[in-house]
This record gives sequence, structure tokens and C-alpha cells, in this order.
Amino acid sequence: MRSTARAFAFALAVPLLMSVAAAEAPKFAKNATSFTLDNGLEVVVIPDHRAPIVTHMVWYKAGAADERPGESGIAHFLEHLMFKGTRNHPEGEFSKAVNSVGGNENAFTTDDVTVYHQTVAKQHLPLMMEFEADRMANLVLSDAAVKTERDVILEERRSRIDSDPRAQLGEAVRATLFQNSRYGVPTIGWAHEMAELDLADAVSWYDRYYTPNNAVVIVAGDVTEAEVRQLADATYGKVARRFDPPPRLRATEPEPRAARTVTLSDPQVTQSSMQRVYLAPSYVTGKPGEGEALDLLAEILGGGTTSRLYRDLVVGKAIAASAGAFYQSGTLGEAMFGFYGVPRGEATLAELETAFDAAIAELLDKGVTEAELAGAKRRLLAATVYAEDNAEALARSLGTALATGATLQEAQNWPAAIDAVTVDEVNAAARAYLDIRRSVTGYLVGEPSQSPS
Amino acid sequence: MKLTGTAVAIGLFVSLVMAEGAEAIEIERVVSPKGIEAWLVEEHTVPVIAVSFAFKGGSAQDPEGKAGVANMLSGLLDEGAGPLDSRAFQAALDAYSIGLSFDASRDTFSGSLRTLSEHRDEAVRLARLALTQPRFDAEPVERIRSQIITGIKASERDPGEIASRAMMEAVFGAHPYGVPSEGTVESVTSITADDLRAWHRKLIARDNLEVAVVGDIDAETLAPMLDEIFGELPLKANRIGIPDLAPRQAKAIDVPMTIPQAIIQIAGNGLKRDDPDFIAASVASYILGGGGFSSRLYKEIREKRGLAYSVWLGLIPLDHAGLWFVSTSTRADQAGTVVALIEDEIARFAEEGPTEQELADAKAYLIGSYPLRFDTSGAISDQLLAIQLEDLGIDYVNRRNDLIAAITIEDIRRVSKRLFEGEDRVVVRVGAPET
Repeated sequence: MRSTARAFAFALAVPLLMSVAAAEAPKFAKNATSFTLDNGLEVVVIPDHRAPIVTHMVWYKAGAADERPGESGIAHFLEHLMFKGTRNHPEGEFSKAVNSVGGNENAFTTDDVTVYHQTVAKQHLPLMMEFEADRMANLVLSDAAVKTERDVILEERRSRIDSDPRAQLGEAVRATLFQNSRYGVPTIGWAHEMAELDLADAVSWYDRYYTPNNAVVIVAGDVTEAEVRQLADATYGKVARRFDPPPRLRATEPEPRAARTVTLSDPQVTQSSMQRVYLAPSYVTGKPGEGEALDLLAEILGGGTTSRLYRDLVVGKAIAASAGAFYQSGTLGEAMFGFYGVPRGEATLAELETAFDAAIAELLDKGVTEAELAGAKRRLLAATVYAEDNAEALARSLGTALATGATLQEAQNWPAAIDAVTVDEVNAAARAYLDIRRSVTGYLVGEPSQSPS
Repeated sequence: MKLTGTAVAIGLFVSLVMAEGAEAIEIERVVSPKGIEAWLVEEHTVPVIAVSFAFKGGSAQDPEGKAGVANMLSGLLDEGAGPLDSRAFQAALDAYSIGLSFDASRDTFSGSLRTLSEHRDEAVRLARLALTQPRFDAEPVERIRSQIITGIKASERDPGEIASRAMMEAVFGAHPYGVPSEGTVESVTSITADDLRAWHRKLIARDNLEVAVVGDIDAETLAPMLDEIFGELPLKANRIGIPDLAPRQAKAIDVPMTIPQAIIQIAGNGLKRDDPDFIAASVASYILGGGGFSSRLYKEIREKRGLAYSVWLGLIPLDHAGLWFVSTSTRADQAGTVVALIEDEIARFAEEGPTEQELADAKAYLIGSYPLRFDTSGAISDQLLAIQLEDLGIDYVNRRNDLIAAITIEDIRRVSKRLFEGEDRVVVRVGAPET
């Protein structure tokens, strides 16, 4: 495991373009506080008293990248199975309780975390904490339940991946980029391995990762720290530390030497497109400031309609219908930085790629400007203010940060860290990581159709 | 309604009593000097203002052969207006961290404005320019056209899109609702700047406008602001009449396609929002196929048999028609089994209705979850706007849970027979093997 003290990933999905002329960088989730129970469970409280609602989330520090070879999909499969009942509450009772108080619930799995969450009127928070604490230690699984639910996750894979050529290309690109770490394996799993997962695999996973000392609870909404502390003591506090979880291994990638390309050809594809991803450090694996520099670089290169790629390829050369960039920063191991585009009109993928290459070459040659950096900072810092309007979004961002090793204070100081990045740092990050040898380029193309239109 | 002088008319205050007597949301009716009305929820904790607004009349108002005008217009209002060309307009939004977007549905043309309160004046100026002086310069018109056409082309062989298009054609036929909102490659290719101007002139007006505002602003400030944004619009819209339609037909459509998972959609005649039985229908549809992990369809198809990841039934109330709609997907060879199971559950529900326990559980959920829709500023303003568009009254937030609570099992049985009895429904399957 590699980890540094500066391990914060800003994972808030920012829907709009935003900016703020900030004299002083604001704090992210400025009202949030945290404490740790005796059994090792970390608790974060984000007070927001505007509406009598709370969002309650449990983040387990276990994701698909923690799976062993051959058991791909087990992290996500267990997420489904956590709804199958416990020693104290048979299947369906928890969901029924959530429904009966008008609550909403769900769960999700990523490469690094598994998360369960409910949103309810505030007076029902104790009930949610009681149920969630219960299934942290008392899950009961049967062979029959496991087999039926396995069919469900296979249907989920068919829906999300096997019916969607774009998702299949994404899977192939990742599998090609990550040559050594588990990030090359899809979060949902490979179908042939999912089909073999059984009760023993599920129980073994549960008994490896589901323990209070491997979780972060986040409560956001109309609560105070004192209230949550008392409730946490009465619920999660009663769950004994079950074991010490294994270290979170994220194999590091070898220095890439070969630019790679993958092509997904499918008769369903009627509009070709391309993407390129580069192996890049995450906030966890990078040197201090590198994650922040890459966040700003993604914003400058491809964040919205004022970005370089949009102005150059979509508006200026009119060769792309759309183009943008992204940095998937919130991972425990190494990350992806990338861009994507769809050719416009009669333009070919080759012509689009030439235009991308020219844009990247110019970026590396001349670097970004002070004005571009200032604009990108404005947008990211304004997002911090807008985020205060959405307690659930704050909870998701802090959850990602804390479950990948950051402290609350580091997460709250993220805006100041963004504000401190210099033009030289952005250019150094671009020149270090936007190297074609570090990349996989993916093409999505059609083929003569065998199916009717 | 129209006031002169100091110009702020504060109508009634309405409080949404959230969960069991806790805090409430106060909704205030604000009328501008020119008579433009908005509903306001004042909330100063976060320095953000959210404005949601809509003009009645959406893509169903597109002229014959020009399907997609409203949708294209929604992509172009923020692409240059007044003295600002596209680049200058986008740069101004960016510089002041303002979010401004537009959207066209079948029945409405809506907009969303989000700003930090410190940049309110600039946000107001940009929104006014977008609504009153859009430029439709050649470059952005061709760019947005290419983006729309690319999107249409990209989904041509997408199984879900194929299913939806087949369903809308089958259900609505030649009615304006039968045409895709985004248009076709041919129709979008034919749209001119004059088509966009004509649609804009006819439909973006004051008598078909609804406005909801939430956040860091008070009524005294909002009233003149409404006139600044909307006051220059024409008084009256010029909408064409859309006929009502009650689709009743039995039809099975199979689109062959070699894909691992078949797409299944089923639709039948539903209710419009103003139907007296609409609330009962929404409770019935929740019990039979609502979201969450408790509906009959979820239990039968997913939980007991593992046949699908997602299966749901919902209501689609439009201004001139209503539908109920089922959507799921399953491994191709199971398509017949799944359709039969859904048909059985629907028939059983039409015949027997729910149990008392199911009705009680559904009411508890629907009543208890209502306050959760009012969390962020944008969510609150969107909720208020929907209530305005459906003409439910400013006190609806207070009445709504009582309306749910009053539903009886007889109501559900009656409406379920109206909705689900008989065979009049369209079943679309894409990628199911021949039987």
C-alpha cells in the first residue's frame, strides 16, 4: 500500500460551470466534524438545518480492487446480498422499515469502496443506524438467496455492459491501461467469474472487510455532532471489532513504454467516437500538489464550453460534435486522466485524432496561461460554495476522501490546496503524464449491420 | 393582481409542514410591478439563488415537418444574445459562475438559473438577454445542430431507443406526441434560424409563464427582478391547440435483434394529471411497480426469480394524454416468461386490487417521503414549478399528503380496473427470440 498524508480526492460531481472571485479559499464542507468510536468506527457529521432530513451513509473500505484473482465481482455481489437479512431482522425487514417511514435507500460499489445509504426524516435516523449497525456483524446468507441474487447481478451486467458497446469499450480500455493492478478488472466483475461466485465466497468477503474498524459513517442533515455521538454509541458502538482487515494492496504499474490502441466494433454503433486515457497518479499516489494540478488541468483542457478542447475542436475547427477531458482522481491506487470526442459531420476518427494530437502538443509546448489557471480555480472554488446547498453531495465527497485515507481536515482544506497550484505545476503535471507511451486510445466503430434498422 | 406603486404584492404564505410538526417551508407569492407572479422560498443559509421557470407549450408545438425546433432552441438560447456572441456569452456565465440552461419537453419549455447571490445582477442580465434577444448566429446554430444530429444518429440502433420509438409510434401514431421531441435527422437538418425565431416569438411569453425562486433573496428584491428578466417578453403566447388522445389498442410489436438482453416495454391508457382519480392511480402504480425494493413486480420478477435487475411500472401524465408504462430487460431467452409474469401481475391487480396492508405501506411511504423532495434549493424550486404547471394551487404542499391519506382500497380497485382491466395495451419487445 502506498499512501501519503495528502490523500484527498475531490469526487463531487459538479453539474454546472461555476466560478467565484475568492479573496480567500473557502473551506470544503466547513461545518463538518468527526470522531472515532472505541471499536475503531470513524463518524463524520455534516450539519445542515435547512430541512428536517438526514442522509445516513456507511462507507466500507473495500471495493472491487481488493478482490483476489478469480473472484471478480464479489465486492459488488456482497453489496446486493447485504439486503438479504440478519440474525435479528429477516430479509426485507430493513427495506420495509425504510419504506414505512418514507425513506429512500440504495447502495453502490466502486473499485475502492462499498457504500450503503438512506435518506429519511430526521426522527428516523436512530432506526436506520440500528439496522445498519446490525448488518455490519449479523448478516445471514442462504444458498438459495445467493443463487437467485447471482442471476440478478448477471442481468445487471447484461444491462450495463453487455448491451452497451460504449461500456464494453470502456472495459477494454481499462483492462489495457492497467497492466498490473486490479483496476483493469471491471467493478461488476467478469461474467464467467461472476457466474461461479457462491455462498462461501460471499461469507469470506464479509468476514474479511465488514467490521466497524474498516468503515466510515457519515450523517449529513438536520443533526448535531452531540446527537449523532449519542446515537452512534448506542448502535454502532455495540458492534464489536470483528477482526483486523487485510492491508489494502494496490499494485503499482510498471513504467509504461508502449502506446496502445483498442477498437470496439459493433453493429449497434451508428456514430463512431474515440477516447484516450493516460496512466496518472491519484491524490493518494501522487506527489503533494499533483492531484490538484491534474484536477485543474482537466478543467482547463476539457471542462465545459470555455475549455481548450471545446473552443478548439468543437467551435474553432468544427471537427468535433463534442469533446472534453476528465481526471478520475478519487482512487486509492493510480488513476486515469483522459479526453474523449465525437467527430462532427463528415469528419473521420483519424482527422479528429490528428486534431487532438495537435491540441495536446500545443499544450505541452506552450503550457497553460495564468488566465486559464485563474478561470479553472474560480470554477472549482465556486463549486465549493454551491456544494453547501447539497448535504448529500457533501457526504459523498467526504466519504470518498476519508475512505481512501484522507483526514477530514485535509478534505476541508482542499480549496486552499487548489488555490495554491501554480502554472508551472500544472505544466509539469501535463508534461509528466500526457505522454503517448502512458496511454491507451480507444475507438468505437460500427460494422456492416446484421440486424434490421 | 397587477400592482403599482412600491410594487410588491405578497399574497399568502403557505407552510409545508415537514415530517411530524418539524420545521416548515414557507412559500410566498410575489407579484412584480408588471404583474409577473413567482413563488418564493426565502432561505439565506447558503449564498445561492435558484430560479426554475417554464413556458407552457413544448415540442408538441413544433410545426409539421420541423420536429425538434423547441429542443434545438433550448440548446441555442445561451449561445449568444444581445451584444454578446456565443463565446462572450459563455465567457460571462463562466466568469460569474452562473448556471443557465434550458430544456424542452413535450408540453413545456423550461429554464433553470443558478447563481451565487453576489453575482445576482449579472445572472439577471444574462437570463434576460437569453430570453429576449437570442441571436441565432450561424456558427452556434450549425454547431448545436451537429450535436443534436450526432446524438440522434448515435442512438439509431440502441435497443432501448428502438423500443421507445416503436412504443411512442404505436401509442400516439400521428398525434404530435408520436414524433420524437429531438426530431429526426431530416427534420433537424431542415430547421432554419427563422424557424427558431418563429417558435421563440410564439411561445416565449408572459401569459404561459410560471416561475419559482428559492434561496438567498427576499420578496422586495425579487419583484423588480422578475420584471428585469421576463418583463420585456410579449404578453401573450400563441399556442396551437393539441387534441386529447386516449390510446386504447391491443398490439404486440417484436423487433428482432441479436443482443444478449431483450428490452421489454408495455404501455396502456393512463390518466391525465387533472383526472380526479390521479392520486389513487399513483398509489396503485406504486404498489404494483413503484421504485424501491417493495413493489409486486420487483418481488415477483427480481427478488423471487432473479429474472431482471430493474423492473418498474409508472404513470406518464401529459397535458393531452396519460399512459401507464412498464420497463424491464432480461436475458433474451427469458423474454416470453417475463412478459407473461408481468401480464399476470397486472391482471391479478386489476381483478383483486391490493391488500389493506399493501395500501397502508404504500401510503406510509408516499406520505413520509414527500419532504425528501425538498432538500436542495434547485430541488425545491423544481417542485414548486411542477405544482404551478399542474395548476394544483400554492397550498398543494399542505394538502398533498392528506389526499394520499384519504385514498381507500375501493379507490384503488376502481382505478386499477380503469387502468389495467382488459387487453388494451402495447407490448414492445426488442431482441426477443421468435417463439
